[in-house]
Amino acid sequence: MFKKFLLLASACLMAIGPAVAAEKVKIGFVTTITTPAGVIGKDMVDAVNLAMEDIGGKMAGLDVELIVEDDGFKPAIGKQKTDKLVKQDKVQFVTGFIWSHVLLASQKSALGAGKFLISSNAGPSQMAGKLCHKNFFSTSWQNDQTPMAMGEVLNLNNVKSLYVMAPNYAAGKNMVAGVTRTFKGKIVGKDLTKWGKDAQLDFSAELAKAKASGAEGIFVFYPGKAGGAFIKQYAQAGLQGKIPLYSVFTVDSIALPKLQKANMNGVMGSVMTQFWAPDLDTPQNKKFVSGFKKKYGRYPSFYAAQSYDTIFLIKSAVEAVEGDLSNKDGMRAAMEKANFPSVRGKFSYGNNHFPIQNFYSREVVKDSDGVWTTSVREIVLKNHQDTYAKDCSM
Amino acid sequence: MDWVLIITQLLNGLQLGLLLFLLASGLTLVFGIMDFVNLAHGALYMIGAYFCATLTEFTGSFLLGLLIAVPVTAAAGALLEISIIRRLYSKDHLDHVLATFGLILCFDTAVHFLWGPEGKAIPLPAFLDGRVTILPGIEFPTFRLSIILTGLILAFVLYFIITHTKMGMLIRAGASNRQMVSAHGIDIKSLFTVVFAVGAAMAGFAGMMISPITEASIGMGNEIIIVAFVVIIIGGIGSIKGAFLAAILVGLIDTMGRSFLDTLLKLILSAENAETAAPALSAMAIYILMAAILAVRPQGLFPPKGR
Repeated sequence: MFKKFLLLASACLMAIGPAVAAEKVKIGFVTTITTPAGVIGKDMVDAVNLAMEDIGGKMAGLDVELIVEDDGFKPAIGKQKTDKLVKQDKVQFVTGFIWSHVLLASQKSALGAGKFLISSNAGPSQMAGKLCHKNFFSTSWQNDQTPMAMGEVLNLNNVKSLYVMAPNYAAGKNMVAGVTRTFKGKIVGKDLTKWGKDAQLDFSAELAKAKASGAEGIFVFYPGKAGGAFIKQYAQAGLQGKIPLYSVFTVDSIALPKLQKANMNGVMGSVMTQFWAPDLDTPQNKKFVSGFKKKYGRYPSFYAAQSYDTIFLIKSAVEAVEGDLSNKDGMRAAMEKANFPSVRGKFSYGNNHFPIQNFYSREVVKDSDGVWTTSVREIVLKNHQDTYAKDCSM
Repeated sequence: MDWVLIITQLLNGLQLGLLLFLLASGLTLVFGIMDFVNLAHGALYMIGAYFCATLTEFTGSFLLGLLIAVPVTAAAGALLEISIIRRLYSKDHLDHVLATFGLILCFDTAVHFLWGPEGKAIPLPAFLDGRVTILPGIEFPTFRLSIILTGLILAFVLYFIITHTKMGMLIRAGASNRQMVSAHGIDIKSLFTVVFAVGAAMAGFAGMMISPITEASIGMGNEIIIVAFVVIIIGGIGSIKGAFLAAILVGLIDTMGRSFLDTLLKLILSAENAETAAPALSAMAIYILMAAILAVRPQGLFPPKGR
């Protein structure tokens, strides 16, 4: 008995020993855990945990500590949590950020303290242009790019008139600006709906307007839970088959299981654009998607894919400086090379540290098990750089 | 102007109004009769929706789920009244607000714990999922129409109970003068429990009717409860008639604002400014109305008699 206890105690000591001695890579991850949008945060945290497992919890021999914080879908709280990560936890990397307005409110707290800030989702135009910063990186996209690709798809499909709907916040406005920039037809109507903790989820009035407008297509951006609600009401209002749906960040692996459960067949074949899809054919993506499905029993969303990339981007930086976390210039130079296995395949960073990457059209399909998922159709924009890069003085 | 659009939007406004009425009727009775500010009323709206979602999943039928979920929500309401709310009546309004705000947090966390963060969709049977042609050229979703119809029926039933039954008489008397009712030897305690349970059932029912459209989700009640308070303040606290008319008014103003305000604003503003200002203004419209009514007629449009 006593022997067993001794063995156990020494084993514990051995496990603790090195962690106390050596420096740790500390990564703060700010996302939304509470509120209905928490479902997005969960997907991201799941992906980050998977990435941590896949790298064995180590970067260049150093232990990695992940600290997840909940922004409660509010810019003010996101900033508070960023301050806490920087001042109290003393992280080297602040990452995550679903929402553009939360990122904009929090960026100064991280960048001002000389930390690296990596957005795993939000890509507001400000961060790509005037507010670009040497220590800011994105593993996602600039907001305008995906809807710009959608504008091209609309042109290819010969759509002449379009009704536009998006939430009234930073990213919603970017999405509308993006599709307006490339779409050559006429925008016959536009609704910006209330967003935030008490977001508008009943779109009866807006859908009636869209129907009356006689548009040939409807473009929407409703991330997270609003997406499912929108698609349902789109079908219930009888727009399906009358006004085809073109969406960005709306029909994803978070909305689809619920849509399938409610048997909303209307979403089948609906077109969207994105930099990634679960079936994108790259080695890292295969590893990521199969690992995610095995561990969590569902498809990852693009939020998850970007979060997974975030960890590998940091790993490439830490390894390039051989674990010398004080060498910020070295880590920055390494990240600028984008020399890590990304789920989207090889890409490069622009001057503003946003990816220069391909955008694909995607379609909703059934996989071999009958599960609804999205599948890549074709490249719409090749090696595309955002339009705000020219406003960035770097 | 496009008549098809205007009529459709009137129906949409009516639907929103009746949904608000279902929520506000319970709130106004509890506030009016028991003088109790119940911020957690929205939590009952939420748990009603979750009960219905689970029961629909379990029974495979939305209608069956609805039928079982309503009494279950009423029972939950009664339990809440007996275990917690009852102890708060003698305290003042600030204590009510604090305690029921605490209850909101408890309910939200409990739902998070039991059902997870992702919300629940409620699939509709095929006959409710389609559209009906109301007038030539005007199609309206069947389910939204059924919200209008059930809302009107419930409003009528409630009106009948309150004006033509003994129970209703007691409720009206309670809303006018609480002490006088108990002075007459009426068992006010069980009356309170019944009224609270009925209010819970109405709120729960509202949650069940909106969930097939927007999904049941955590905190769904906290968003709409503010509007329900606006409704009862406009209508006059304690008055079912006031709640009904004010709910319809608020529903119409909100929907019409969202529909036509940007077109109107474009006449006087640049297109870009109109697009940004319209959603903000239409979100504010009902609060402006409330402020105006509070200034001119602080007791509300149709306050109960005898106050």
